[in-house]
Amino acid sequence: MNGFAALLTRDLRLAFRQGGDVANVVAFFALAVILFPFGVGPDPDLLARIAAGVLWVTALLAALLSLERLFDADFQDGSLEALSLMPVPLEIQVLAKCAAHWLTTGLPLTIIAPLLALVLHFDAAGYPALIAALLLGTPVLSLIGAIGAALTLGARRAGVLLSLLVLPLYIPVLIFGVAASEAAALGLESRPHLLLLAALLAGSLALAPWATAAALRQALE
Amino acid sequence: MQRFANPARFMRLSAALLPWCAVAAATLIAIGLYGALFIAPPDYQQGEAVKIMYVHVPSAWLASLVYAVMAVASAVALIWRHPLAHIAAESAAPVGAGFTFVCLVSGSLWGEPMWGTWWVWDARLTSVLVLFFLYLGFIALANAFDDRTRGSRAAAILAVVGVVNLPIIKFSVDWWNTLHQKASVFRMGGPTIAVSMLWPLLVMAAGFLFLFAVLLMLRMRTALLRAKLRALRFGT
Amino acid sequence: MAGRKLQKSFTGEGLVCRRGERLVFQGVAFALAPGGALLLGGPNGSGKTSLLRLMAGLAPPEQGAIAWDGAAIAEDPAAHRARLHYIGHQEAVKLALTAEENLAFWTQMRGASDAIETALRRVRLDARATWPARYLSAGERKRLGLARLLASAAALWLLDEPTTSLDAESTEVLLTAIAEHRHAGGCVAIATHAPLPLPSAQHLSLTGHTTWRQA
Repeated sequence: MNGFAALLTRDLRLAFRQGGDVANVVAFFALAVILFPFGVGPDPDLLARIAAGVLWVTALLAALLSLERLFDADFQDGSLEALSLMPVPLEIQVLAKCAAHWLTTGLPLTIIAPLLALVLHFDAAGYPALIAALLLGTPVLSLIGAIGAALTLGARRAGVLLSLLVLPLYIPVLIFGVAASEAAALGLESRPHLLLLAALLAGSLALAPWATAAALRQALE
Repeated sequence: MQRFANPARFMRLSAALLPWCAVAAATLIAIGLYGALFIAPPDYQQGEAVKIMYVHVPSAWLASLVYAVMAVASAVALIWRHPLAHIAAESAAPVGAGFTFVCLVSGSLWGEPMWGTWWVWDARLTSVLVLFFLYLGFIALANAFDDRTRGSRAAAILAVVGVVNLPIIKFSVDWWNTLHQKASVFRMGGPTIAVSMLWPLLVMAAGFLFLFAVLLMLRMRTALLRAKLRALRFGT
Repeated sequence: MAGRKLQKSFTGEGLVCRRGERLVFQGVAFALAPGGALLLGGPNGSGKTSLLRLMAGLAPPEQGAIAWDGAAIAEDPAAHRARLHYIGHQEAVKLALTAEENLAFWTQMRGASDAIETALRRVRLDARATWPARYLSAGERKRLGLARLLASAAALWLLDEPTTSLDAESTEVLLTAIAEHRHAGGCVAIATHAPLPLPSAQHLSLTGHTTWRQA
């Protein structure tokens, strides 16, 4: 676990020193959400109805935006090759990198989501479920996204390709995330949706690092 | 493991099988179409429009089946590092995408007379749409690298990831659909379907299956010949 | 690490390497006894780096086997990774981290060691330990990469063009480090264009498709 901590610390330190990245993701999220009232009109009822969907779709895109960097910098400067030759299993290293990615994207997104929900007149009853759903769902975005980021390393036009690969795989998270948030806002039970999100998280924790490590190994071969 | 199925043996085998499969495909599709158009009764509500089903449903079946074939070939390619399996997966992908596209277009054409709209967010159609994007992702990834083998291996991993995710996506889309239930979901009546409607459907499906086999073999043969040509030109 | 653990031999036989669809080399063999050094030579594209990568286990050979003390490295990749240092031609240095942080990270990934200060002193970077690596020159970054060899022990060193952009004094430091490593029973394989004065080193010239002679 020493290696896990070392890699997590290094990635967080890099994100912190190169500060802009976190701020960019959060700014993108806020700006994209704010575009919706311009697009559909400022009617509070309409905004409240689409709020959960808008927040989730935008969060998805914001997370996607930062994925390209996940392994690319390490791939370019030779670190990834060196990492793959460390005694720490590559799967554990992938988990560490995903954890760092989540702490620098998913978590900040979850923190400002309530503020943006406010702007969209999201029903007050839905906040706890929205936050819980984001806390459970955004790590899945990082884990699944890591597979795509690893697969597109060194590809031509990797960014666009990454969205094509990853977005279809994000659909379940989107569906259950929105369902949980909306159910609570409508005064319905959000527990089943949250449990399904938790199941997705457990599944991707078990499988995604394995697939990502395989993808990284073939990228380095 | 390399000797399991070597390219030369595949070329011989496929050359022998191709004409038979082609004849089988043409015959079955002809019989199926005849049965569908002239023997099967029109629906009492939908009229003749129901006959779109005989193209729509088999292509939906093939769309999923080809993805499964692709995923199995990819897994074989990854585990035994077998180049022929990579070629099989990559040759199957555009064919599968084609069936998926036919399924979507025929679904849309069928939807117009039925619901008065070209697109309905029906659970099945939506899943097929997602499947179409999974195919596109596979094809794009396989061709995104200057080093061809990189593309093959990355795409193979994607196919395996995709096949694990497909049931989850399917389940979530069904879930989503029941949450937002509105459109009358058309269901094939299962066992209640009339025999005169069932047999043309199954014959068409068999015809499509042979058509897939023909296209797959043709594409694999072309890919192998191209690889040989590259080897001759660049002396490896 | 105990000297006893280093008393192993490193061998490769009948190696065929393919990169993409291109055959890089075939019929390559090598054998390194404890304390042995192997210099890989040959023109560009002859597969020096490819061979080092096979030795590291980054890619499997298309045919042939690489073994450590008789056991194929593919059988226990984790054990193989634990016993080797691979320094590729990229330094794997993070520009936003200080020299010390960079080195400490790689050392921790190999299970921690407190030899970081010593290692930095030996590659003459102790005065710049707290500088972000972006302020270091190309040669200094190279030295920082090589400091990984000194900060944690490994029986097998695989070095790809280690002397590129090194000054004479630093090359001397590297040669001394290699000599000590070999004296302790370690093996080293180096891909290089520059002739390196390593006593009793084996030479393996890769010339493209043909098998190569050992001198």
